[in-house]
Amino acid sequence: MAAGPAPALAAAPAHSLRAGIIDALIAAFIALAIAAPIIGLRTVSLEGGLALTTRWGAVAIAVAVVFAGRLALTLLWWPRHKPARRDSAGRRLLARARDSGLAERAMLLLAPALLIFAIALPATPFADRYVLDIGILVLTYIMLGWGLNIVVGLAGLLDLGYVAFYAVGAYSYALLATHFGLSFWICLPLAGFLAAMWGLILGFPVLRLRGDYLAIVTLAFGEIIRIVLLNWYDLTNGPDGISRIPRPSFFGLEFDRGEGGFAAFFGIGYSSDHRIVFLYYLILALALLTNFVTLRLRRLPVGRAWEALREDEIACRSLGINTTATKLTAFATGAMFGGFAGSFFATRQGFISPESFVFLESALVLAIVVLGGLGSQIGVVIAALVMIGGFELFREFEQYRMLVFGFAIVLIMVWRPRGIIASRTPSIFLKERKSIGAESVGEGRG
Amino acid sequence: MTGPLLQVRGVETYYGKIQALRGVDLDVENGEIVALIGANGAGKSTLMMTICGSPRARSGAIRFDGSDITAAPTHQIMRSGIAQAPEGRRIFPRMSVMENLQMGAAVTDMTHFADDLERIFAMFPLLRKRSGQRGGTLSGGEQQMLAIARALMSRPRLLLLDEPSLGLAPIIVRQIFAAIRDLNRKQGLTVFLVEQNAYHALKLAHRGYVMVNGAIAMTGTGAELLAREDVRAAYLEGGHG
Repeated sequence: MAAGPAPALAAAPAHSLRAGIIDALIAAFIALAIAAPIIGLRTVSLEGGLALTTRWGAVAIAVAVVFAGRLALTLLWWPRHKPARRDSAGRRLLARARDSGLAERAMLLLAPALLIFAIALPATPFADRYVLDIGILVLTYIMLGWGLNIVVGLAGLLDLGYVAFYAVGAYSYALLATHFGLSFWICLPLAGFLAAMWGLILGFPVLRLRGDYLAIVTLAFGEIIRIVLLNWYDLTNGPDGISRIPRPSFFGLEFDRGEGGFAAFFGIGYSSDHRIVFLYYLILALALLTNFVTLRLRRLPVGRAWEALREDEIACRSLGINTTATKLTAFATGAMFGGFAGSFFATRQGFISPESFVFLESALVLAIVVLGGLGSQIGVVIAALVMIGGFELFREFEQYRMLVFGFAIVLIMVWRPRGIIASRTPSIFLKERKSIGAESVGEGRG
Repeated sequence: MTGPLLQVRGVETYYGKIQALRGVDLDVENGEIVALIGANGAGKSTLMMTICGSPRARSGAIRFDGSDITAAPTHQIMRSGIAQAPEGRRIFPRMSVMENLQMGAAVTDMTHFADDLERIFAMFPLLRKRSGQRGGTLSGGEQQMLAIARALMSRPRLLLLDEPSLGLAPIIVRQIFAAIRDLNRKQGLTVFLVEQNAYHALKLAHRGYVMVNGAIAMTGTGAELLAREDVRAAYLEGGHG
């Protein structure tokens, strides 16, 4: 699809303009052919059955966007970026290195900017309940992404069943709270601990596996947990789920209308938004904790050992590193954060059922980690924003959501094969590397 | 101290049903360089891996510094004063040279790290220049130096080298071997190396062992082995050296 236009870019600009327009026209025609049936025709149900309505205006907009975009790419973008593509591999690497240098500098500004935005969001005028709900959702996935990043991005252990730990966390809180009346703040560490234990339980049998084999076993593990939750009716209430899960309190203050409530204590009028804002800051704090711990661990010997393990397990063993303990700590740490996120999910929803912990969730979190660039913290944030935010944006075009989603993944993998932020470029694959430069490993070969 | 630093007695190792080592006896004395040579598939690397505990010896005994390490877990063996530069170098390609060296020191307390680093950089000045670079961007010879340097960071008493000349240009091989000789002479480090490059290995080593089909076939000083007709015919004809 991205087959270059005319090669005469450096030649006469008039010629390149003409070629560009022709090229854009072709693209627009293709867009028309695709958009006409998909966007232009729409079925509506009438009393007598289905009827067709047409939306040619929308088709025209889509075609115009494609035409303008293609023309802009041809005239403005490709002339500058094309030469690097055609050059020798060495030049390409240099160009890429420069790119990533630039990206790193941008990232330095991006992270604090995003953080300030996240903290200030509830105070901004457009932050209504809907925006905050999306914010909470995005932050939950950021936290899950960061948690999974420890296992997949740092330690290089491909885990397709991460949702299991999310489920363990959620059910731990839900069961402890509804049966024993324990408060959220007591259950949170317990849920993290229990999830970490399950991380160890998963970790032991898969110690000797890697790559594809590990992926399959973790996938199965995720399903086992879900199916147990579904069928252990006495404990989990099966497919009916657990409802009336207690909401978290603010240092013992409930978010309700009553005497001892949050609003009454601070002498402000009651608003149901208080709880939403509180939940928002709660998940923000939890996510930041995950990030902080990951960044700290990375500088400690155990974090370096994780990265070394991802690079070369045999070399690790030859250096006296206990690979068993290293893998298990990675599984347990990642699982613990999944458990935290799960108990947050339970307290926020007030209701959980096995429905919420399907494989698609694991896939989504893994996609966030991979698209963000394995091992990159800020990449996870961007990917989560794009994917979860994108899901919400396209909510009205429900039918096209997966289409757009898939398309976005293909685009990212074409343009940035190692994820959006690939500057640290760890890979989850282990293979003979010999003297291959690090920049050229890991893309296209995985 | 009595007895050799490393003592291998009657070691037999299997890969499944296939016997790779058939009762190997071998000693490495304190302060020596010992070379193990042999053809492809003779079991040289298997012996080295067996010393490290992976795979395990099915029978026989391996003693390091008087204590039996035959059944110890690999990571414990590698913490007891043995370090290895594995076959194929196996540096961490996406970690910087510095991080690679830090990994080498992972099992020690980090108090000596700065001193050890200086010592290593004095020995391999190139690594200092490259310390911020990723391991994977180094040339083959530089990677081998890094692999040896990384092994040295754990302050070993015995250094195991598995095919340090593998895939390197002759001039680089000479540099690497000169560095090994220096380590032995100046710092008294005991070295046990496995090599296909028999000529260089035997020139370097005080003593050598020749392995054929999973058992030791000959032993002697490096010079003795080099002078033997059968050794020359089997391992040196064909343009080594």
